[in-house]
Amino acid sequence: MRKAELRIICPNGHLGFAPTKEESFKIGVATYPDYYCCDSGSDDIGPAPLGADKSVSMYEWQKHDLELMLLASREQGVPMIIGSAGDTGSNSRVDLYVQIIKDLAQKHNIPKFKLAYFYSEVNKEYLREQMEKGIVIEGLDGRGKLTIEDLDKTDRIVAVAGVHPYIKALEMGADVIIGGRSSDCAIFAAPAIKEGFPENLSYYLGKVLECASFCAEPYGAKESVIGIITDHDVKVTAMHPDQRCTVASVAGHAMYERSNPYYEFFAGGMLDMTNCKYEQYDEKTCKITGPEFVPVNGKVKIKLEGSGKIGEKYIGIAGIRDPYTISNIDKVIEWVKEQVEERYQDIKYHLNFRIFGKNGVMGELEPVKDIKSHEICVIVEGIAPTKKLAEEITLMGTRQIFYARLPEVKGTAGTAAFIVDEVLPASSAYMWTMNHVIPVDDPMEFFDVKLIEVGE
Amino acid sequence: MRTKKLAELAKTIRSKNAGTDKITFDIIFREEENYKLVKESKQITKEKIAQLFGISKERICDFVEFDPAYAIKFTILRSTPSGSPGEGDIFGCQQYPPLLDIEIPIE
Repeated sequence: MRKAELRIICPNGHLGFAPTKEESFKIGVATYPDYYCCDSGSDDIGPAPLGADKSVSMYEWQKHDLELMLLASREQGVPMIIGSAGDTGSNSRVDLYVQIIKDLAQKHNIPKFKLAYFYSEVNKEYLREQMEKGIVIEGLDGRGKLTIEDLDKTDRIVAVAGVHPYIKALEMGADVIIGGRSSDCAIFAAPAIKEGFPENLSYYLGKVLECASFCAEPYGAKESVIGIITDHDVKVTAMHPDQRCTVASVAGHAMYERSNPYYEFFAGGMLDMTNCKYEQYDEKTCKITGPEFVPVNGKVKIKLEGSGKIGEKYIGIAGIRDPYTISNIDKVIEWVKEQVEERYQDIKYHLNFRIFGKNGVMGELEPVKDIKSHEICVIVEGIAPTKKLAEEITLMGTRQIFYARLPEVKGTAGTAAFIVDEVLPASSAYMWTMNHVIPVDDPMEFFDVKLIEVGE
Repeated sequence: MRTKKLAELAKTIRSKNAGTDKITFDIIFREEENYKLVKESKQITKEKIAQLFGISKERICDFVEFDPAYAIKFTILRSTPSGSPGEGDIFGCQQYPPLLDIEIPIE
C-alpha cells in the first residue's frame, strides 16, 4: 500500500553555491523525510560557466552539501536526488558529482548502494540534422526560431530534463540520482509522481521546494524546508527555529524568478497556479490547494540552453576625482573610444565602459541622469579574439582615460587614479546563444539513465 | 495631496533574472490595505513603468496584480541576454531602486 503522505526535504536552493546551513538541516533530518532532494543549477550565473564547462561553486562547498545529504539519506535508507549537477548540468559536472559520491562512499565506508546518473548535453551536429530535416527549434522569451548561424556560434548545449529521467532512475531502483540539467521543480515532482501522488500537487511541491528557505520568512538563505504532499494538498514547513512558511512568504515565492506568478512551464506541460489557495496550517507551515496541471498539447517540447564563446576578456579599473572630468565623463569616454578605434581598425572587438557613480549598475534603465558623486569609477571591459589582443585593447581603453584631453582640467599629470597599472584577466566571454525548445517523440530522447553500484 | 513613497508601503521590492532574457520585478505588501491602496492609486501601470525606466511599453512582457500574495509584478525583456558583453548586473538583482521613490497618494 502506498503512503498517505510523502515528505521531501530541500536543504539548499542551489547546492554548493553557498554551503548549506547545518542546524536547520539536522532538525529536518531528525524528522525522517522520505526523500532528500536538491537542485544544483541555474542559468542565473550567466553563459560563461556552461560555455567554459566549469562550476561557479567551490568544490569544497559542493562536497560539503553532498556529504550532508548522502550521509543522512544512506543512514535512513531513503533516496537522494540532485538535479542540474555542478551549476550547469553539463556532462563533466555530472561526472564530477558522481566522483564526489564515490569518494564520499569510500571515505565513510557506506554499504553498497545504487547510483543512477544521466547526462543532458546535446550534440550540435544532431541539432543541425534535425533542422535540415525541417524540425523547427522555437525561440522562447521573444527569441526567433533557431538559425544555423546561432547554432554555429554555440559551443555547448544542455537539454533541460523534466520528471522523466528521474522517474526512470527511481524505477531502476536508484538510491542516489545525479541528474544533468533539469527543470528545478522536476527534481521534487518526480518522486511524488512515481509514488502515485497527483501530478498537479506533485509539480506544485517541486515549485515551492526548489529554492529551499526562500519560501519562508524572515529572509534567510540556505536553510532547510520540508514539503509534504497528500492526495489533497501540499504543506511546506520551515525547519529553521526562527523561520516560518506563511501565506505571504509562500504565495510571494510563487513569483520569484518567474516572469508570471501563475504559470510554470516544463517538459510535458504547465503548472497553472491561478487558483491556488494558501492557508496558514500551523505556526511554521503553509498549506496550498488548487494548482492545476495542464499537459502539453501535442509533442513534448524540451528546452535547450546554449552558450557560445565570443572571445577573451580583460578588465581595467580607473578612478576619477577631478570634478570637471566627472561632469564631462561621456566626452572622455567618447575620446577614449576614438583612440582605440584609430589604432585597432582591423580587429573585431567589444569595448565597454561601465561608469559607477553614474549608471554603472543600471545602464540604459537608469532614470537618474545627473552625476552627484564627487568621485566615479570606470570599469573597462575589453573582449577580443585572443588574450593578447584583449589585454591590449582593454589596456588602451583604460590608459587613454589617463590621457583624456579636456582643455579646462587643471591637473595635467593624469586623468585617472589606478589601483593597478595593468588590466586584469577575466574568464573568457560567452553569450547565451540558445533559449529555445525542440519537439521530441520521446521525452527521454536526450537523457540516457545509467545505473552503477557504489560502496563497500 | 499627501503622498507616501512606495518603499514605505511595501514589504519587499526586488528584481531578479527570470531566465536568460528577462528581468522580473516584485513589489510585495504585508497588509492587504497597502496593497489595495497602491493598486487602486494606478501609480504602477505598464505606462508608468515604461516611463520610469525610459523603455518602450512593448519591453514589458508581463504585468500582473497578484492578489494571493498582495503583490504587483512585472517583467521586462533585457536588451541583450544576461552575461553578454557590457553586462552590468548578471543576476538582474539591482534594477529595482527607481521603484522605491514612486509617490503614492494616501488620501
